[in-house]
Amino acid sequence: MNTTTSAPPSAAPLGESSPLASRGRGAPGTRPTPVGRTLRYLVILLGVLFVLIPVYVLVITSFKTGGDASPARAWALPHTWTFENWQRAWTALAPALGRSLSLVIPSTIISSVLGCLNGFVLSRWRFPGADIVFTLILFGMFLPYQAVMIPLLQLVLATEIPNGIPSLILLHVVFGIPITTLIFRNYFETIPHELIEAATVDGAGMLRTFSSVALPIAIPGFVVVGIWQFTSAWNDFLFAVFFSTPRNGPVTLALNNLANGALLTDYGVSMAGALLASLPTLVVYVLLSRYFIAGLMSGSVKG
Amino acid sequence: MRSRVRRYGPPLLLISPSLVLVGVFVYVLIARNLWTSMTDNHTAAQANGRKDVSFVFLENYVALFKSPQFQHSLWNLVLFTAVFLVGAMIVGFVWAWLLERPLPGGRVFQTVYLFPMAISFVASGVVWRWLLNSNQGDSATGLNRLFQMVGLDVLENPWWNQVTFGIAAIAIPAIWQLSGYVMALFLAGFRGVPDDLREAARMDGASSLQMYRHVIFPQLTPVLMSAIVIIAHMSLKSFDLIMSISKPANYQTKVPAVDMYVFKSSFDYANAAAVGTVLLAFIAILIVPYLIQQHRERTR
Repeated sequence: MNTTTSAPPSAAPLGESSPLASRGRGAPGTRPTPVGRTLRYLVILLGVLFVLIPVYVLVITSFKTGGDASPARAWALPHTWTFENWQRAWTALAPALGRSLSLVIPSTIISSVLGCLNGFVLSRWRFPGADIVFTLILFGMFLPYQAVMIPLLQLVLATEIPNGIPSLILLHVVFGIPITTLIFRNYFETIPHELIEAATVDGAGMLRTFSSVALPIAIPGFVVVGIWQFTSAWNDFLFAVFFSTPRNGPVTLALNNLANGALLTDYGVSMAGALLASLPTLVVYVLLSRYFIAGLMSGSVKG
Repeated sequence: MRSRVRRYGPPLLLISPSLVLVGVFVYVLIARNLWTSMTDNHTAAQANGRKDVSFVFLENYVALFKSPQFQHSLWNLVLFTAVFLVGAMIVGFVWAWLLERPLPGGRVFQTVYLFPMAISFVASGVVWRWLLNSNQGDSATGLNRLFQMVGLDVLENPWWNQVTFGIAAIAIPAIWQLSGYVMALFLAGFRGVPDDLREAARMDGASSLQMYRHVIFPQLTPVLMSAIVIIAHMSLKSFDLIMSISKPANYQTKVPAVDMYVFKSSFDYANAAAVGTVLLAFIAILIVPYLIQQHRERTR
């Protein structure tokens, strides 16, 4: 969805000028006093502290030996740094990490392609009622999946799609369609009309226009949609818990199982595991945060 | 007629796979769920089709809303949403305001504020469960221990283990995770304020604070509405975070989304479906007007 009425941020070409790019000019009418400036930094740093405290705990605890993780030393640095927790977390999570990867890649590709087709049609090759169709698709983005979970279970059982990764791929493809459609539609809206109309004037049909004009210029759109689908499929827990078991499911489920063990929880191992399970999305974020943000701006609200 | 087919046939064909998928998986399944919620499908034998189910109309809904258990879930949902929404709005807005004007290092701070969004609720739940540990005194860990260390012992509390207000503690990690998103929305809003508006205010001799109060903030109303709708709808659906911080059977932190999972786990499909429909109704009340308004804007 467009987040503002007058100047939708998604009207800027995705990625190119991220809405968070600094404006490159001073704000008019403001001459910050040293006190005001210090105060501003102080509050900003307070926010940074709020954001980073959990990270500090995750990292130091993941390098602590068993006894070292005692409550009395909860906030202190490790006595001796050890990689043992990481090794144990890796052993516990490696198969699930592999399954997550085999889930995320196909579902990201398929839902992105479908979203690209829809976005192209809904913005550039419209038919009567296209806006209503778009709104109906969009509702899928806000749908509380709990409201379709029971019939979904029955459907998956009835069609004998194997539980675990195959059924999860199907679900991520289907429920990814609304968001990918939205992002691509907004993207194609920003492409100059003439580019696509020229092809039509030259007598190209829709399929031809799509494959030789729209698809090549849609690559930045694919980056944004791809990151978004990758992240949300990787982080999914709801579908995982309904349609797989820790033995055949993705890494979020395995991590939850590890961290909520029936016996005493080993904080060191679970925190190493949490970091391990977050690495792929963190890497994507660090490398491509511009595009990640562009994805947010085009209305990514799956959650 | 033929020209209409030629004109509209290909685009419809192209999006028909998606239309069929969304049609079936969203709308048909919603209808099907509604039906299940009005049956007496409460046992494993019925869920497996070995025993018949019969139609009981609104019986399940009446029973649900009458049960103190479910009322507690609803109370928790309201409390969680209120704290999460207000917290994320305030934190996100303040961050955006602070970073709105160019500032050395501004981009770095934006990146830091936003990064929790890239992490799954399950992974962040692992650390927040530790931070929000209810132990106090000598065995305190997490935030309670931190409070002791900085001499704020009075702030020690049982966090989510408190029965009536415990769920509010779980809103803290939710705020941690999504304030950056709200910040991004508001930053986009600030960028959308036309420069000549600021210029004009400056010409009129408005002070910085006056300019924000009378010129810029009013322009942010649509962004505020979007942010509220998005965060509120996320909050109503919240499941991952609550599940990974506390156990599904925990009375003090249960919400409808968790109830739905518990009902399903005991093969009580009818009640699970009914809870799902209740959630759908809550979210629809929020989302449908929003979608209609967006639709109007597009077609204007």
